[in-house]
Amino acid sequence: MMADFLCFITRIISGLNVRWHGCLPEHTQRVYFANHTSHLDFMVLWAALPKRLRKKTRAVAAQDYWNGTKLRRYIAHHVIQAILIDRKNISVHNTEENPVNKMLEALDEGSSLIIFPEGSRNILPEMRPFKSGLYHLVKKRPDIEYIPVYLENLSRILPKGECIFIPLLGSATLGSPLKLNKDETKNEFLERAKKSVEELRCS
Amino acid sequence: MFINIAIDKDTIMLLIGIFSLLSFASLIGFILKRALKTEKQRNIVANLNSRIKAWWVMCVVFVGALLTGGIGSYVLFSLISFMALREYITLTPTKKGDHRALFWAFFVILPLNYYFLATQWYGMYVVFIPVYAFIFLPIRTVIAGDYERFLERTAKIQWGLMVCVYCISAAPALLTLSIPGYEGQNGKLLFFLVFVVQMSDVCQYIFGRLFGRRKISPNISPNKTVEGFVGGIITATLLGTSLWWITPFNIWQAAGFSLLITVIGFFGDLTMSAIKRDRGIKDYGTTIKGHGGILDRIDSLCFSAPVFFHLVRYFF
Repeated sequence: MMADFLCFITRIISGLNVRWHGCLPEHTQRVYFANHTSHLDFMVLWAALPKRLRKKTRAVAAQDYWNGTKLRRYIAHHVIQAILIDRKNISVHNTEENPVNKMLEALDEGSSLIIFPEGSRNILPEMRPFKSGLYHLVKKRPDIEYIPVYLENLSRILPKGECIFIPLLGSATLGSPLKLNKDETKNEFLERAKKSVEELRCS
Repeated sequence: MFINIAIDKDTIMLLIGIFSLLSFASLIGFILKRALKTEKQRNIVANLNSRIKAWWVMCVVFVGALLTGGIGSYVLFSLISFMALREYITLTPTKKGDHRALFWAFFVILPLNYYFLATQWYGMYVVFIPVYAFIFLPIRTVIAGDYERFLERTAKIQWGLMVCVYCISAAPALLTLSIPGYEGQNGKLLFFLVFVVQMSDVCQYIFGRLFGRRKISPNISPNKTVEGFVGGIITATLLGTSLWWITPFNIWQAAGFSLLITVIGFFGDLTMSAIKRDRGIKDYGTTIKGHGGILDRIDSLCFSAPVFFHLVRYFF
């Protein structure tokens, strides 16, 4: 109930226009990966999905921010069902704190995921290089659909470092699934994944 | 704030007229849908039919607001301004340094403009945006401390407020006029303006589709033709003239005003198209099915409303 209401508010504030460009809102298990420019990104991408898909979709988010206040904690745990990542102690050796393991666990439970491979909010016009988590997911769970998403204008609605929003019209464009090519290296794949998001900007 | 809008015999005639016109349009759309065979014709008619459907909604909302006696029209037009400004700023590149200024534009200046209008504080209403807002906004932007493309950014926000808020609000401002011998009937004058402007758009579209050959401004709007312009302006002027009995004008004055409204409206449309061209887009938004955004629907009104309002205010 509360989640639906917050999604409704999010859609109003962001004037959200959702374009299913390369895929349809189907019940396939997916990982949505998007550019990251605003705190709104999580809620907006989540609200862009139809309710039946939303229920099975979890967002991967930064622990330090989303545990910050009561409202954020509520949204993180009860709305976007966040998988919280401790950005400060990322370690491949500690299996419990390894973000990729946490994501794999959620995928194996049948959830879809929302991730922002740039790592943190970007204020530059060009996207930043992707972190390697996406590559590890594709490598280990190749049968899931990896959908690039371009979120537009959200950084103007609520820029980094601002606490008030202005009511512009945002949009989310969802592209077609991306697969790992044979013999593709980690860097090649991450570069291609980043391009697939950027290409949605003009379409 | 509440203006006495009498629901007299004229109003009832108008309501019957407008909804018969819509029914007639729907009927034609229905017949065309059945008759046409090729894919291309079908697409044109599908667009026509979604436009007609949207017209039903727009007419019901507009007439409904008009019948509330003022307050509904102020609320409706302030929402229209809000959505139009939203579409406009979305497509205008702004920087982070404009953020706070834009917040003021949306949430303080726009509501205050309509508040001064609704409370009939004419002196304040008429200078509020051109004087106070236009001085305040660059001040707020300069405090943010970003001088890059400063003039351009400030001008864009000011122009947005001018067109989407100040100019649009001149339409409901017709309700505040006191014209001797026309007391309580101003709703019909607002109806007259909106009807003539919108019929001009519709007729230009129809004439352009049916007879359009020579492009009138190929660089700016490839869909506009000389035939559409002439046919649309003449038909809409005749339609406006035929409504002289709902206005405080005599038949010649009604004809003159109709011609003025349609011609200025045409240039409003063309001007807003130039901005779209420059930004490389076709429509301002997707709010109204078949029409594009709010701003695509009201671009003609932006220019004709203030001129019509001030001329009527001077001379009647």
